[in-house]
Amino acid sequence: MKLSRSCMVGLLASGLLGASSLYLWAADSRQWKSLEKDGLHDPENPALKVMQPPGAALRLLPPDSAGNLVNWVKALRDRYINPRTNLYETTQVRILDSDILMKRTAEMPYVLFPHRAHTEWLDCSNCHEKLFKSQAGTTPVNMLAILQGQYCGQCHGAVSFPLTECNRCHSVPRSSVGVPQTAK
Amino acid sequence: MLKLLKHALPVLTIAFALSPVPEAWSEYGDVVLNRRSEQAGMAPVVFPHWFHRVRFRCKVCHSELGFEMRAGANDVTMNEIVQGKFCGTCHNGEIAWSAENCGLCHSGLPGLKSRIHGGHETLGPGRW
Ligand code: HEC
Ligand code: HEC
Ligand code: HEC
Ligand code: HEC
Ligand code: HEC
Ligand code: HEC
Repeated sequence: MKLSRSCMVGLLASGLLGASSLYLWAADSRQWKSLEKDGLHDPENPALKVMQPPGAALRLLPPDSAGNLVNWVKALRDRYINPRTNLYETTQVRILDSDILMKRTAEMPYVLFPHRAHTEWLDCSNCHEKLFKSQAGTTPVNMLAILQGQYCGQCHGAVSFPLTECNRCHSVPRSSVGVPQTAK
Repeated sequence: MLKLLKHALPVLTIAFALSPVPEAWSEYGDVVLNRRSEQAGMAPVVFPHWFHRVRFRCKVCHSELGFEMRAGANDVTMNEIVQGKFCGTCHNGEIAWSAENCGLCHSGLPGLKSRIHGGHETLGPGRW
């Protein structure tokens, strides 16, 4: 009796969960242009028929409001996708779990740069020493240079979430004084 | 007052820089490679980042395979691809379909310039 009751609760709960995810799915208003109409592909090209339209793949991934309309960090962390880290067995796959607090932000909230979210995708050599020095506070980063495609702007605004998303970088309130360098 | 202006200026400039660029809405992160294609009578190449990053992390192409992270910076030739370099490291009939499928890569409209494209474009690197 007790068992079947907890069973019922379980069923009900999973039913509700299912219903709510169905609702979320139905409420997903994200739209991607078809390849034929994206202004890039030649609609006459017969090969388009065998290519995947962006929406078919991206709709299955956790939503975001800009860029590809996909939260790529979450897609990776929650294992929606598991892209290959290397082609060659001898390649060292390097991950670093440390955050850098960047405080030269004028009146904007401080910037928190997470090494982990980046090194899951990228190798150290994609940033060091060409874009950033390996010592906190020594690279002369500023917003105008970023907007011109330097520093963070090499990727953000091109392939990673765009620069319109101020708060995702400027994420630490200035009032939170004495934030440790490795705050999460 | 002057101090206020000094602080408002960067934000204002940023707001201007981010005002939308009127352009067709291609998928964010698509790159056109057209250093050689059209000159040689082939349609420009469209490389979709979204499609590849579902399967490979950035480091595979931009570290292991040595693709420069700047649109137009890699001088790719078809010979090298057939010999297994650049796109040909994977498009060899093993990791992905082979270089015989011309239309899948050479799929762009005539006249496209080598650069990054995308609907939410900012003053990204490809524009400078
Ligand atoms: C990809 C991450 C990122 C995004 C997105 C971003 N910023 Fe920044 N911003 C930075 C970094 C990094 C700095 C420099 C911090 C340092 O060196 O301590 C900075 C600095 C600034 C500064 C300080 C003045 C200057 O010119 O450097 C302002 C103001 C600023 N950002 C405003 C904005 C606004 C407004 C937006 C949204 C439209 C924005 N930022 C989006 C990373 C970002
Ligand atoms: C997406 C770009 C990016 C990648 C990839 C990256 N870093 Fe960094 N790294 C930064 C930035 C930005 C800073 C801060 C630089 C500054 O403030 O001048 C930094 C700082 C550092 C520092 C100095 C930390 C301190 O507290 O002084 C070290 C050490 C470092 N990185 C090591 C690594 C290693 C090892 C890897 C690879 C596992 C790596 N980084 C990958 C961007 C990156
Ligand atoms: C070499 C490319 C590259 C550079 C340079 C780079 N990023 Fe990123 N960043 C990425 C990628 C890839 C992601 C994953 C999400 C995506 O693609 O939208 C990411 C994600 C992030 C996130 C989201 C983390 C999360 O948990 O959601 C933040 C914040 C961020 N970057 C800030 C910065 C800042 C600040 C800088 C400059 C100091 C910077 N990035 C420079 C490639 C880069
Ligand atoms: C399958 C290979 C591949 C993967 C995976 C890949 N890229 Fe690229 N990337 C390219 C190619 C090819 C180009 C264009 C190079 C050229 O035009 O010479 C490019 C260009 C770029 C550029 C230059 C854009 C510009 O405006 O100049 C950036 C930034 C970039 N990639 C970032 C990334 C990031 C971040 C990731 C991971 C989220 C990633 N790439 C994953 C192949 C790849
Ligand atoms: C995997 C993608 C891919 C496939 C498949 C492909 N190409 Fe290419 N091709 C490229 C890239 C990338 C370039 C360099 C683009 C540029 O900068 O103009 C290129 C360049 C070319 C060029 C320019 C001149 C030269 O020799 O480099 C010709 C001609 C060409 N391809 C013909 C073909 C033909 C014919 C086929 C089918 C048999 C084919 N390609 C299949 C990616 C591909
Ligand atoms: C790291 C490996 C790798 C590299 C490098 C690579 N590709 Fe691919 N590409 C793939 C895989 C895997 C697929 C999917 C193949 C399949 O579905 O069988 C693919 C598919 C594609 C597609 C078809 C997308 C669709 O909608 O079906 C195009 C177009 C493409 N690649 C172009 C390129 C071009 C152009 C380059 C070089 C600039 C390139 N690729 C480099 C692995 C790669």
